[in-house]
Amino acid sequence: MSSSNHALPLSIRGLRKAYGDVVAVDGLDLEAYPGECFGLLGPNGAGKTTSIEICEGLTQPDSGTVELLGLTWKKSSAELRERIGIQLQETQFPEKLTVEEIVQLFRSFYRRGLSVGKIIETVQLTEKKSSRAGGLSGGQKQRLAMACALVGDPELLFLDEPTTGLDPQARRHLWDLVEDLKKAGRTIILTTHYMDEAERLCDRVAVMDHGRIIALGTPRELIATIGAEQIVEFAVDGVGADLEPEALQNLEGVRHSRLDDGRYQLSVAELHRSVPELFDELARRRIKLTELRTHSATLEDVFVSLTGRNLRDE
Amino acid sequence: MSEQALDTPAHEFELDRNGFWASSLVQLTLARCRLFFREPEAIFWIFVFPILLAFGLGIAFRNQPPEIPRIGVVGANLAKALGTGKNLSVETVDRAAGELALQTGRIQLLAISTPNGVIYRYDDTNPDARIARLVTDRRLQTSGGRPEPVKTINDFVRERGSRYIDFVVPGLLGMNLMGSAIWGVGLAIVDFRQKKLLKRLVASPMRRWQYLASFVLSRLLMLPVEVVVFLAFAVFVFGVPLRGSIWQLAILCVAASLSFNALGLLTACRARTIEAASGLMNLVMMPMWILSGIFFSADRFPDAVQPLIRALPLTAVIDALRANMLQGTGFAELHWQLAIMAAWFVIPFFIALRLFRWR
Repeated sequence: MSSSNHALPLSIRGLRKAYGDVVAVDGLDLEAYPGECFGLLGPNGAGKTTSIEICEGLTQPDSGTVELLGLTWKKSSAELRERIGIQLQETQFPEKLTVEEIVQLFRSFYRRGLSVGKIIETVQLTEKKSSRAGGLSGGQKQRLAMACALVGDPELLFLDEPTTGLDPQARRHLWDLVEDLKKAGRTIILTTHYMDEAERLCDRVAVMDHGRIIALGTPRELIATIGAEQIVEFAVDGVGADLEPEALQNLEGVRHSRLDDGRYQLSVAELHRSVPELFDELARRRIKLTELRTHSATLEDVFVSLTGRNLRDE
Repeated sequence: MSEQALDTPAHEFELDRNGFWASSLVQLTLARCRLFFREPEAIFWIFVFPILLAFGLGIAFRNQPPEIPRIGVVGANLAKALGTGKNLSVETVDRAAGELALQTGRIQLLAISTPNGVIYRYDDTNPDARIARLVTDRRLQTSGGRPEPVKTINDFVRERGSRYIDFVVPGLLGMNLMGSAIWGVGLAIVDFRQKKLLKRLVASPMRRWQYLASFVLSRLLMLPVEVVVFLAFAVFVFGVPLRGSIWQLAILCVAASLSFNALGLLTACRARTIEAASGLMNLVMMPMWILSGIFFSADRFPDAVQPLIRALPLTAVIDALRANMLQGTGFAELHWQLAIMAAWFVIPFFIALRLFRWR
């Protein structure tokens, strides 16, 4: 007991899993620290769900080790099931059972945990507790799934794509809930393909692509690695064939430039130096600007600079 | 209760855990029953349909009251001599009307009074007409003063238990036990698998055997309702006899339900879609619908396949139910059927547990 108290919530070494010829997870090493919210970020098909399901003991890896709370699935599966909470990506609860009945059912599987009323209150479904699951909105269903993950008062919580398919308001509602759980000191592992979600919720993020981790750190650190604080996006009149993106690299403060689907993207350190330079350059070349946008660099830009692709391309 | 106990979070922790209702097996079984009773179609197929079927068959194969011969009589005196009695329906007609009634089958015999005696006009190849001739002639001769040299007494035998409805009720009961168990268990499991709920359940500390056991338990809870309603209908509406011991009949129903539950688990243990499972369940049940003697005796099939037919669970169930209900046979003479039911429970259950796809 005492040894597992000091153990890392999650520790993965050399994880590998292939389905036939397709390598879903290709040598994964990860650690999560107590009380943090750790994000696995990547496009669909990057291997996030396979990785998290191996951690959850639902999928057998081809090789590699997984330790949760200092325990392995092989030796301590019964204890681990009691101590972790899991929300899967696509669970549909029985439509004809009520919220309260479903939470009560899941509560009955755990030796210890929170009271049914308390859990329903935590996920803010108290008003809906007598409604059948079939009549809930997408956001409410997702909160019900969260309730079922919380019934055992878990030390470690796995959330797989918790806000996929939700409208913006429901997403923000769920984010608030996750933030409350973080404040309560739970360790949370979540997967997402939404940059804004990872940036807002996660203390540390691992960016995954093709079964590998291509970047790891706090969102701030990752954004800092692209060496730019700001992104300038613009489009020009005509095809702009005579404006090579490489030509813009020489402008002051531009770290990186690319052309994607008729839009130019510049990573710059300081907007107030680079944007006037850009205007001058375009004027000199007699190119007419049709659109200009700037934003602070995000994890999306990190992914783009690492892979040359947008996250949502797939 | 101390104040402190109310304030500690531990109080919150313990609240739900105590007691019978919080146990996971009870909660799983409760969930099954709730899901069943909230599905109106299931209630129709399991509770209402067998009764409708029994009712329809009972009407179609009901025993008719004895037919009374109808005759036409030409001549008032003759009609008076025949009189009216419960065994003969006599109508006084003129010759032309009588001939017409005879031709159209409204009467089976036309008796015509003539100075030389009585003429019977009837079709001698028609059994009903021959009966009419015998009844009419006998009554006429008796009223004419012929004595009865031998005294006779009628003792009517209309035995309950030998009618078609008596035969078919145990068959329908067996069929219903099979259908409700296999459909009920199979479809529910595949539905859960399709919704990724099975995967979600095994991601919790739930004990897997409890999930499978909850199906068996919920079916056993519903069994009394299902069986009692159907049998009560058969007994009170059609007078189907229950000659065997009632508690042995109850045990037979439980044993039948258990073995069909196991078969349902096995049928649904791998299927990923409702369509695949439905096909498989029909494949399992179809041979038994035909071979196991629901509507007609399984003895009609060739001797060569009899051992195979006797080894089917539904045949064993129906044979045992018929023996219990119609002949009052006890367990001592039903060893074979009980052994087959037990085998069909144990073997499929353990194979299903091994092969079961939880995700």
